[in-house]
Amino acid sequence: MQTNFTLAQLADPQVAESEQILRRCVHCGFCTATCPTYVTLGNELDSPRGRIYLIKDMLENGRPADEEVVTHIDRCLSCLACVTTCPSGVDYMHLVDHARIHIENTYRRPLVDRLIRNLLAAVLPYPARFRAALGFARLGRPFAPLLKRVPVLKPLGAMLDLAPKSAAKVSDAANPGTRAPETEKRGRVAILSGCAQPVLDPGINEATLRLLARFGVEVVVPEGEGCCGALVHHMGREGQALDFARRNVDVWTREIDKGGLDAVIITASGCGTTIKDYGHMLRLDPAYADKAARISSLAKDITEYLSTLDLPRLEPKRLNVAYHSACSMQHGQKITMAPKNLLKAAGFTVRDPGEGHLCCGSAGTYNILQPEISDQLKARKVRNIEATKADVIATGNIGCITQIASGTAIPILHTVELLDWAYGGPKPEKIPAG
Amino acid sequence: MADTISFLKPREAVLSRRAAIIADLTELLPPECLVHEARELVPFETDAFVSYRRLPLAVALPKTTAQVAAVMKYCHRYGIPVVPRGAGTSLSGGAIPQEDAVVLGLSKMSRILEVDYANRTATVQAGVTNLNISEAVGIDGFFYAPDPSSQLACTIGGNIGMNSGGAHCLKYGVTTNNLLGVKMVLVDGTVIELGGKHLDAAGYDLLGLVCGSEGQLGIVTEAVVRLIAKPEGARPVLFGFDTSEHAGACVADIIGSGIIPVAIEFMDKPAIEICEAFAHAGYPLDVEALLIVEVEGSEAEMDAMLKAIVEIAGRHGVKTVRESQSATEAALIWKGRKSAFGATGRIADYICMDGTVPLGKLSYVLNKTSEIIDRFGLRVANVFHAGDGNMHPLILFNANDPEDAARAEEAGNEILKLCVDAGGCLTGEHGVGIEKRDLMRHQYSEADLNQQMAVRYAFDEGWILNPSKVFPLDGRPAA
Repeated sequence: MQTNFTLAQLADPQVAESEQILRRCVHCGFCTATCPTYVTLGNELDSPRGRIYLIKDMLENGRPADEEVVTHIDRCLSCLACVTTCPSGVDYMHLVDHARIHIENTYRRPLVDRLIRNLLAAVLPYPARFRAALGFARLGRPFAPLLKRVPVLKPLGAMLDLAPKSAAKVSDAANPGTRAPETEKRGRVAILSGCAQPVLDPGINEATLRLLARFGVEVVVPEGEGCCGALVHHMGREGQALDFARRNVDVWTREIDKGGLDAVIITASGCGTTIKDYGHMLRLDPAYADKAARISSLAKDITEYLSTLDLPRLEPKRLNVAYHSACSMQHGQKITMAPKNLLKAAGFTVRDPGEGHLCCGSAGTYNILQPEISDQLKARKVRNIEATKADVIATGNIGCITQIASGTAIPILHTVELLDWAYGGPKPEKIPAG
Repeated sequence: MADTISFLKPREAVLSRRAAIIADLTELLPPECLVHEARELVPFETDAFVSYRRLPLAVALPKTTAQVAAVMKYCHRYGIPVVPRGAGTSLSGGAIPQEDAVVLGLSKMSRILEVDYANRTATVQAGVTNLNISEAVGIDGFFYAPDPSSQLACTIGGNIGMNSGGAHCLKYGVTTNNLLGVKMVLVDGTVIELGGKHLDAAGYDLLGLVCGSEGQLGIVTEAVVRLIAKPEGARPVLFGFDTSEHAGACVADIIGSGIIPVAIEFMDKPAIEICEAFAHAGYPLDVEALLIVEVEGSEAEMDAMLKAIVEIAGRHGVKTVRESQSATEAALIWKGRKSAFGATGRIADYICMDGTVPLGKLSYVLNKTSEIIDRFGLRVANVFHAGDGNMHPLILFNANDPEDAARAEEAGNEILKLCVDAGGCLTGEHGVGIEKRDLMRHQYSEADLNQQMAVRYAFDEGWILNPSKVFPLDGRPAA
């Protein structure tokens, strides 16, 4: 597609990169078909092609963001289904990242929107604050329907709705230290404890630690590691996101220097997509570019890493598992077969829900900030999953787990929880008796 | 921006009433169905023929036939041009608006209304995508046959407007052969129904007239399409050749021998490389030309047909023959082929020609095409429906270099004229749009064109429906 940037504009490396991305787009329109918001709303402005055009127009004219552009960029889930679909290889992910930064830098959001975003950015990435906030949320739950009736307060209502009804048990899975393997050591990895996941469902990393130990992998929970930065990154708060990234790069680099790392294991695919992008996010920082690229190359989803361990095949079980591929898994990281192959090898019967490419509407903070579209996508996702008549749902991202669990009675677990159980771990509480 | 092709001068009477028109449309449509903010109009300024762009006056995205009728009635009353839009995937600029036009987008009307297996029909809203129909009935063993490469995204309304084809049309025919009925809003807002679930209707075959009329006779809001039972099996086979001439001659020989495979697709070396890079389908990279021949039926039927085709290919010096080994591989072969245009975006901007030639002239036209491309100092990738002679040279250029863009356009025009002169036609399936509009006189005599325009005039005497398309701007009958 033709672009119109001045040489002065192109001197900005971010603009130069976006220009190259835009040049790849041939405006064929294929991306509209797999975009969750386009299939829901039927307006090209809420499709990748429409957004690409809006961003192009804004950047070419060097304009600050305005209400119209912000509305449609905000509706983007960053699910990246369009990137999977695009035949010409348009790097929409980095284009929309740029647009979000531009919005954050040039647009003043209405007061309530600003407050809600500040609240999310100040609470969610910090486990202690998030745990405390969930306590308040449980108290506030009865007010959710009331809040949802006031349009600008809908996100607060959605937030309360999503908060789990009871607090998760306290776990030591996130405590720093080295977990020794139970059998002969065959690898050493670091694990990301993350921010929201250990608060919402510490059982996921507990299962991961057990499983890895059983198969001879030494696991380090490094001191000082924190949120991967995805949450604020998707809000366009790049300074804060890069601070998170640098901190984790430092922490993991220290571990590499200490005893070497075969991988940085991630059990939330949303985080995985971002950590695999650290190399790109920090490319303009000479002090970090190389280190970040190294970390990105070591970042592995737990199912990617497990696939290299050659786990034994187990007898078939009588449990039908609907595998929900998180967008950050299938589109962000292009991991499509590994989780299903692991589940099958462990004896589960795996079913693929229809419209598997469509987002469940979770998408980080999307279900809080865009509750209406999110609810429609959740209903569609649940319909497709329930049609498989599966006994349980497996997925690889805490956001999807929270979102889908709020819409169906079928238990939903992390893939690794099923694998841990199959390979000798305790039966997850969510699995129905029998 | 390219500017060789002009648009009609915007109607001053419409432009000057812009604010009033938008206020009136606000009365006719719910808020989420009307786009009129300046910023938000920009993404509607073009389609997949992206070299040409015109901002519309407003965009209406109705949810019902009644809303479409209300908008049409209003626009007709005030002489406001209307440009229909499906998914905006036109390669000929069929959905490009103009400054005084209301874009009428059908993207919110995307439901499948009824599936009737006893009559083998599906009744769908115009904004449903082509592939959605096949996906909805696939589980029951049926599909909708015409399969434009953009079938993932393009809408059935757009397919009807352009009488779209696709790879599998060699056996099953194009849109018009698979369309049984439509509900259509006439220019003044009257809603009519043409055809039905039967093969033929009493009276004139107006349905045949509507299919391919590029949105100039009315706005189709619903369609009844024919469903076909899926074959027992289907197998795409790759045939690699040392020269395009050999591949072209082989195609003519296969068809000439009375064999009709489901599809015969052609790719030259540049196209093979582009598609392989995207799809990793296992296309041979050591050949100059590749045919994808798909056969279908029972195992025995497929074997027999393949045997005959392999024998013919042998006479034309086929270098490699490779059958797809699995359903996954077959799907990849088609994914690569159907993504060819978009995947070309990885290496360059392109315009896609759509001329159709008699099969005996395939090799000749391919050679002449290369000569033209060389003369203009450009590059070309050929990927097309060889079985029905529908050629798609993709002319590669740099959209940020106006001279290069102009050369590409000029070369394209020469190639299309070459197709007509070889006994073929300007467009096999993409429609005339604006792209081929000014070449229509090369194809038709004045009398031929006037008769077509007389039909259009009978449906829309004020020429408000998609007015800048299909017919050369001069020489139209006076309104």
